[in-house]
Amino acid sequence: MDAQVLARWQFGITTVYHFFFVPVTLGTAWLVAVMETRWLRTKDVQWLRMTKFFAKLFLINFAAGVVTGIVQEFQFGMNWSEYSRFFGDIFGAPLALEALVAFFLESTFIGIWIFGWDRLSGPVHNLMIYLTALGGTISAVFILAANAFMQNPAGATYNNGRAELVDFSMLFTNPFFIAAFSHQIPAALMVSGGLLAGVAGWKLAKVAKEAPEGTVHPDAGIWRKTAKMGAYVLLVASIAVMGSGHYQAQVGAKFQPMKLAASEGLLDTQTAAGFAIVGIYTQERDAEGITRVTEVFSWEVPYVLSVLAFNDPNAEVQGINDLTEQYLTDGHRAWDGSRNQLQEEFSSELAQLSVDPVPNVMVSFWSFRMMMGLGFVSMGIALLILWFTRKGGTPPTNNLWKYTMGTLPFFPLIANSFGWILTEMGRQPWIIYGVLPTWTANSPNVGAASVLTSMIAYTLVYGIIAVVVLKLFFTYIAKGLPDVSPPKVRTDDDAPLSFAY
Amino acid sequence: MTHEQLIFIWFLLIAVLWIGFFFLEGFDFGVAMLYPVIGKDPTERRVMINTVGPTWDGNEVWLITAGGAMFAAFPGWYATLFSGLYLPLLLVLLGLIARGVAFEYRALMPDDNWRDTFDWSATIGSLIVSLVLGIAFANMWRGMPVAGDPPHLTQGLLELFHPFGLLGGALTVTLFIVHGAVFLCLKTADSVREKANRAVKMLGPIAVALLAAFIVIGNIAYPASNNPYLGSGAGVAMWVTGAISVAALGYAIVMHSESGNQARENQAFIGTGLSILMLFVTIFIKMYGTLGFVSADDSFNMNVAASTPYTLRVMSIAALIFVPIVLAYSAWSYYIFRKRISTKNMPAATNAPVSATSGY
Repeated sequence: MDAQVLARWQFGITTVYHFFFVPVTLGTAWLVAVMETRWLRTKDVQWLRMTKFFAKLFLINFAAGVVTGIVQEFQFGMNWSEYSRFFGDIFGAPLALEALVAFFLESTFIGIWIFGWDRLSGPVHNLMIYLTALGGTISAVFILAANAFMQNPAGATYNNGRAELVDFSMLFTNPFFIAAFSHQIPAALMVSGGLLAGVAGWKLAKVAKEAPEGTVHPDAGIWRKTAKMGAYVLLVASIAVMGSGHYQAQVGAKFQPMKLAASEGLLDTQTAAGFAIVGIYTQERDAEGITRVTEVFSWEVPYVLSVLAFNDPNAEVQGINDLTEQYLTDGHRAWDGSRNQLQEEFSSELAQLSVDPVPNVMVSFWSFRMMMGLGFVSMGIALLILWFTRKGGTPPTNNLWKYTMGTLPFFPLIANSFGWILTEMGRQPWIIYGVLPTWTANSPNVGAASVLTSMIAYTLVYGIIAVVVLKLFFTYIAKGLPDVSPPKVRTDDDAPLSFAY
Repeated sequence: MTHEQLIFIWFLLIAVLWIGFFFLEGFDFGVAMLYPVIGKDPTERRVMINTVGPTWDGNEVWLITAGGAMFAAFPGWYATLFSGLYLPLLLVLLGLIARGVAFEYRALMPDDNWRDTFDWSATIGSLIVSLVLGIAFANMWRGMPVAGDPPHLTQGLLELFHPFGLLGGALTVTLFIVHGAVFLCLKTADSVREKANRAVKMLGPIAVALLAAFIVIGNIAYPASNNPYLGSGAGVAMWVTGAISVAALGYAIVMHSESGNQARENQAFIGTGLSILMLFVTIFIKMYGTLGFVSADDSFNMNVAASTPYTLRVMSIAALIFVPIVLAYSAWSYYIFRKRISTKNMPAATNAPVSATSGY
């Protein structure tokens, strides 16, 4: 396989893997912070125990997120040197700012929070985890702004043989940034809500079973409250996810019509376009090197796609075939025939490259449906939890409930993965949409053997980390709520620390 | 500000970020490399780990920020260097992963094998990162050949292991170990503190010898006059900063204190810190303009590699606002955990994942 293809696989593997930990960190930091606040407000030690229980899971996850994140910061230069050279004037700034503004905040205050139980007063200690959570959310701002530029390169010009920044603020007014941020933050909260609800829902059933007949387990109350908290977070977040997802589809329909067409399996431009619930498509390159897509089967609901894309049941939605012809004659265009400054200025150079403008249709189509489907499943389970826990109720203690709870966090988590697979695979063949194809951007001096070496090394190491993380998660979930004594600010230097590695 | 001034400022800032990383994470690496030496006793090793426990992650962000700042301010530098040193950087990343997971995970299972495995993972990871970065910076002092458009490194992987490169690697490993030992003298009490002082005494002279050799050989074999961007004063400057680096390390060794004199230990830490600072100041002086490369026709240099004045200006404003804030809260985190710790401070249930005293 050639080095560029391997480099793409490696980026895909390492990024998807890293992103298993990111949503958990983003959302759970806020939820743990809220739990600590609830303890400080109510003085109910059960909330302190719950804070420490989920903090443990949070930190196991956080460590894996940190170490796999370092790879991401370096991978652009290592594997995508020509991308870095061409777009670094724009793309580098949000990455540097992410480290300076967000990572320092997150890493410093999480350290203080972990070790500071007996060094800071309650509210100040609580503030530390809020600052950690804020750090995570700010990092999402910068990295999503960087990614939005790849989707829709606004605010740049072609000059000196590279892309140059003309307006920094356009990184943040980019509609793709606004759509992605408002989609990603609640999507992360769905994962964390799912984690709380799933773990607590299972523990509630378990402790209820353990309690002798006619008695109530002392921890049942707090597990129920936590299960409800998680379910509500998931459900409220899912409403935000659906709203911002709809906005994202509309932005996509305008500026990335080919990605939208591929994710919907829409071959020909149509008015009153239907939404295919399921579909099978094949694609192959013709003699000119252009991908031709055929529909094997699809089952459509009329009008829905037009509504999804343009809020109008009769709107025209562009199809893959027409967009391909348009690209071959006229280059990349937004839905209204426009291009942004960088796309326009680079178009004559781009015309020298023969680009096959069609992404992988099956991957785009099915990752979109997997994302939505898994999201809906998690919402259904959250409703089920609320139903069973209503009025102090207890869920059934059978295996079905156990496995439903055990898998609940994974539904929104894998939905996050599929969302990004759609975003990035659907963006192909472009590394920067409508400007530069991906195959021009890798490091020409890093050969296939080197990439293969690193890919195998990352896969092995990440595999080990996955085993360790899962083992620790299961162990600590099984252990349940820790015994705690409310922390006091230390006065004796010889006394044991409240926490040590 | 002109483009030239902005480029100068960002070269300086990137040097500051790398030096900050080596100063801070240098003692983190050193502490972990000393586990097998000072930390044979599990409780004493635990004390060592917890001297850096609350702050290591923040220290590592200096490296991430240095990488990000190179990307933002000198995309050409970031692209050519990181792709050119592909396999060495892979080792650095794997080393950082190995030590990064060790802190959080080591204490989570009540099992000696589990804990020892992660401690070795931290030790070996820290060793690899220190070694490879030392080799890399020695090569940047020497100057690595680039050619072509786009400019790429033309030397093979093995060329990095030139004797001067290996000397640089040996130097950073030893220097960070001594820096880490001096840090432990400051942050621990009783048995660990005594052992750390002894380690400074034992290993210090080796570090001084390696450092002196590195500075002398570097300045003679790869002098400032090789670099077309440096004026005549630079040669003298590199000798002076190099000499200060050696002298500061020597001073630190002299100041070690087996009787546990706090004032002397403070001086020793200032000594190793200043030594690391001046070592990398010397190297960055040499890298000025060329960024540590040699291109026959001067087709690749910091002006070619730099971002536009607009981007550099935006970044400068951000740095002006956020660097002081970061420094302030980082200093506060060190202030919170300023007290020495000893075996007495280790929570009773060493390995029990959940207990009343260990919190969570």
